[in-house]
Amino acid sequence: MTSLRHQPLAHLALAARREPPVADAGVTLRALPYRPSIILRGESGDAGFVAAFRAGMGFELPLDPNRISSHDGVTALWLGPSEWLILGAMGPAGQGRLATALTGHHHAIINNGDGQQIIALSGPRARDVLGKLCPLDLESPDLAPGHCARSILARCSILLHPQPDGAYHIHVGRSFADYAWRLLADAGLTYGVAVASGD
Amino acid sequence: MLLLSCPWCGDRSEQEFACGGEAHIVRPLAPEDLDDRAWGDYVFMRRNEKGLHFERWRHVHGCGRWFNVARNTVTHEILAIYQVGDDRPELPE
Ligand SMILES: [Zn+2]
Repeated sequence: MTSLRHQPLAHLALAARREPPVADAGVTLRALPYRPSIILRGESGDAGFVAAFRAGMGFELPLDPNRISSHDGVTALWLGPSEWLILGAMGPAGQGRLATALTGHHHAIINNGDGQQIIALSGPRARDVLGKLCPLDLESPDLAPGHCARSILARCSILLHPQPDGAYHIHVGRSFADYAWRLLADAGLTYGVAVASGD
Repeated sequence: MLLLSCPWCGDRSEQEFACGGEAHIVRPLAPEDLDDRAWGDYVFMRRNEKGLHFERWRHVHGCGRWFNVARNTVTHEILAIYQVGDDRPELPE
């Protein structure tokens, strides 16, 4: 069960505003439920570190800028040449497995705790809505699924994670969740906004 | 608006970056040997070039990395982007 402390948008009472997806809504907004995640630090150029991650986690850490790799419910997103976001299965057991795999190699595992909120923006006009607020070239092949990018949404820092179905997962710091949600809801008014269940 | 090419992420909007001021300022190896004037020079005094300027930028809303930029302060033309620690590139004044 997800407790209230995991819900930075609880005050918006989104559950009460959920509607069945409206056929003519241009975009759908959804506050995704809490998922444990961590920041992994280490050097891309450290072959031992990279090999230890592969051996322990069963997949390659993405070393090319803004790329993603995943395996067995765990996703690694490139944030910088020495920084990755690891999503999925990163509760205490998952973190322990990663820490064990990297023992003896220079690295750091930083627990994100409740620090992040993911807002899913989907629907036929998702790109148009995001384009109003974010300076990234959203049509670039560098933002096709399998890529990610940190950028800004108006005045707040985000991690953008494009999905295979054309939706976007937008990661924001929890104290910016309200700001980001309201901005997206406002930018979507032109096209019609539906609020969907968080699951 | 400037388009800056991050050495890691490629072309991104200026809004994602923070300018860190003049590049190539080397911290004195023995600060205790400096007089106040020399220390003040290191800490406070900066060039204010009209034209070619070497400066540090950080991709703060991106990969987080620092890099160096040679920029014309009159035209905002970006003349070179290079790594921290590299020498100034040869450029026409
Ligand atoms: Zn970058």
